[in-house]
Amino acid sequence: MVTRRRTWLAGILSAAACVLIVATGNALAQEKPRYGGELVFPVPSEPPSYDAHREQTFGVIHPVAPHYNGLLRFDPTDPTGTKPAPDLAESWTVSSDGLVYTFKLRQGVKFHDGNEMTSKDVKASYDKIIFPPEGVVSDRKGQYGVVKAVEAPDPYTVVFRLKWPTVSFLGSLASPWNWIYRADILAKDPHWYETHINGTGPFLFVEHVKGSHWVGKRNPDYWDKGKPYLDGYRALFIKSSAAQVAAVRGERAHIQFRGFTPADRDTLKAALGDKITVAEAPWDCLLMVVPNQQKKPFGDKRVRRALTLALDRYAGSKALSRIAIVKEVAGVQVPGTPYATPPDELAKLAGYGKDINAARDEARKLLKEAGAEGLSFTFTNRGVPMPYEPVAVWLIDQWRQIGVTVKQEVVEAAAYYTTLKKGEFDVAMDFQCGYTVEPDLDLYKFTSRSKNPSNYGFYEDPVLDDLYEKQSRATDVEARKKFVRAFEKRLLDEEAHYLMTLQWHRIIPHSSKVKGWQITPSHYLNNMLDTVWLTDGPTH
Amino acid sequence: MTTTTDIAIVEAEAPERRRGWLDVVLDFCRRRPLGAIGAAIVVLMILVALTAPMIAPYDPLAIDFAAMLAPPGADHWLGTDAYGRDVLSRIIYGSQTALIVGFGAAFVGSTAGAVLGVGSAYFGGRVDLIVQRFMDIFISFPLIILALAMVAILGNTLPNLIIAMTAPMVPRCALVIRSSALSVREMPYVDAARAAGFSHARIILRHMLPNVMAPYLIMLTSFLGQAILLEASLSFLGLGVQEPTAAWGLMLRGAAVEFAETAPWMALFPGLAISLAVFAFNLFGDSLRDALDPKLRTG
Repeated sequence: MVTRRRTWLAGILSAAACVLIVATGNALAQEKPRYGGELVFPVPSEPPSYDAHREQTFGVIHPVAPHYNGLLRFDPTDPTGTKPAPDLAESWTVSSDGLVYTFKLRQGVKFHDGNEMTSKDVKASYDKIIFPPEGVVSDRKGQYGVVKAVEAPDPYTVVFRLKWPTVSFLGSLASPWNWIYRADILAKDPHWYETHINGTGPFLFVEHVKGSHWVGKRNPDYWDKGKPYLDGYRALFIKSSAAQVAAVRGERAHIQFRGFTPADRDTLKAALGDKITVAEAPWDCLLMVVPNQQKKPFGDKRVRRALTLALDRYAGSKALSRIAIVKEVAGVQVPGTPYATPPDELAKLAGYGKDINAARDEARKLLKEAGAEGLSFTFTNRGVPMPYEPVAVWLIDQWRQIGVTVKQEVVEAAAYYTTLKKGEFDVAMDFQCGYTVEPDLDLYKFTSRSKNPSNYGFYEDPVLDDLYEKQSRATDVEARKKFVRAFEKRLLDEEAHYLMTLQWHRIIPHSSKVKGWQITPSHYLNNMLDTVWLTDGPTH
Repeated sequence: MTTTTDIAIVEAEAPERRRGWLDVVLDFCRRRPLGAIGAAIVVLMILVALTAPMIAPYDPLAIDFAAMLAPPGADHWLGTDAYGRDVLSRIIYGSQTALIVGFGAAFVGSTAGAVLGVGSAYFGGRVDLIVQRFMDIFISFPLIILALAMVAILGNTLPNLIIAMTAPMVPRCALVIRSSALSVREMPYVDAARAAGFSHARIILRHMLPNVMAPYLIMLTSFLGQAILLEASLSFLGLGVQEPTAAWGLMLRGAAVEFAETAPWMALFPGLAISLAVFAFNLFGDSLRDALDPKLRTG
């Protein structure tokens, strides 16, 4: 009965989510934009440098992205944030063998310094990302191992030659990090963009006052005629979440693009009523539990399976979503995206079944068989309260119910990954967050340690590596789905190398004056602000 | 007549009856009622901590999602927290953490400070100069800053937390004890002990330390309140004991802040527990100081 009720509930929630997403999309398409006004938004982090090619934090994307374009972007009206769309490239073709991608660039696009953007700039930017010169950091170099060469045969054509065909390549080029820089500047000084701004984007740079704000103003010569709608924007660097909420509550800020907690959402909604619109979506971020297989007894897969079988993810989702930024029960892909596991298939994996009592009985049996009855260990967690702390409290309680005693050790955020990299833990919380939901990007983390240093389980699994390669090279979507499913079954069920907790849930309560912005599963997307408009004038 | 006189002589020569501990306690209660109230709360707190498994209505670690954020009522007298855990049970168990950390840090800090203070006063000269300059350096850091630095260096396990809280207490106690020990050092019995050839350790530990017990006890009780507050502060900042351990400071952070408007009981009751404990220790400490300090002694 409980199972049936949960299935029904899941069905109703999914249907409601679909209706909400479609309704939001339609509303976005129907309303007529107005011009003017300054968008004000708090940013909880500050850019370490201005160069997105080398940085990892949304603290760069949120204030700086409106100054730039990419070759491609993700369709700003797509709620899944997975559909590549033209940006500086207006069209493209793919060779029949899938090894050559040819892009036609827009003509007449100008950098903010007045120089025209050509294929030379695109090639120089991608060469910096894929083949960075000595002394230049490129954070995403590893994601472009498939690229053999980037060519610029004429001023408005760019060609990417690949080593092997891959269906994820267009998505890789739509990355919000791959801003197009001026080739001449890069040739003179590849570090220039770390401290300066010169893009082709919808907003011109005005000022950056460290620790205070970042200001941009409308680019009157923007190539996409009629855009942007805003006169400008102002990003306020505010670390305290209470101060961010207060800024929105006091109508001194319109929106915060990363996300608020359920309690913040409820507080804002109660205080401002219809003046606040709440956008919610599954978040392409996931907290995972990683047992250190170098340490006994976590090398034994029966113990790892027991730990995942103990988790009542469905009840956890229902309760934790009231107090933390987590919600969806998911496998290796965000629910609702192209390669996500259907709920029926997900329920067949260890720890995802609907009968928690049977699962926990099996967990106790496995622990007994493995000689790990009365197991106790230290759970190493990251010193970031939300959502690490509530998820850890829930995990410890779940494990207690199969007789496992767990003590939590919280490591300060900056030192946390050093602890993981050195393997100085029994079982730890691990984390993955992406700019788009794409198996190539999302599954790489779980390949063998020898291939991938961010595998903190310290395991070698050639079968998993082989499945990763197969899904990556599959050109047929259905065939690729099968490989992704097989990968997921081995990772989460057969070997239980990692234990997924709950998908993050993105909550953006924003001023109802803000229009033309679509929430997606990634807080790295839709920050160019070219489609955003306000229903009235400036806030101050 | 003769018989009467004999009795009178016997009564006059009888030694004064020695005061028992009960008399001392009753006298303390009568002369210092506020201190007695403080002491009663401290005793109650100790009893609650010792009998926590018997008196707590729920398991303090047991999550009950059906009762999340329940307001105070018949089932949960002080309500529940964001995980459905009973607030009263967590406060009861939290007293164990407060007392273990509080007593641990206060006792170790005061004792180490007392030994250093007496040693410094006894040796005098260059030893005293060097020890006191070190104490000056340590004492120049605010209590919480030094404790934060220590936790950051050592990590936030329970023993490390006690060590971190002990460090800022040592110099404070050493300075106070040293000033008392300086006058004790000049006493004839210390000179006599020296003349008898006793070792430095014996003179310090057996002859000087017992004679500075009054300031020691005062420092100990005042540190107890401070230690409980410091533990709560560190836990509130996420550097003290960790979830799901029941601890008062921990109960004030995270969801208690987020839900302060809709579920104020989550922060209110642990906050009251901290205030009450610190208030009780301070009342008791102040009265103890008054009772033991001859300059302040009345009646």
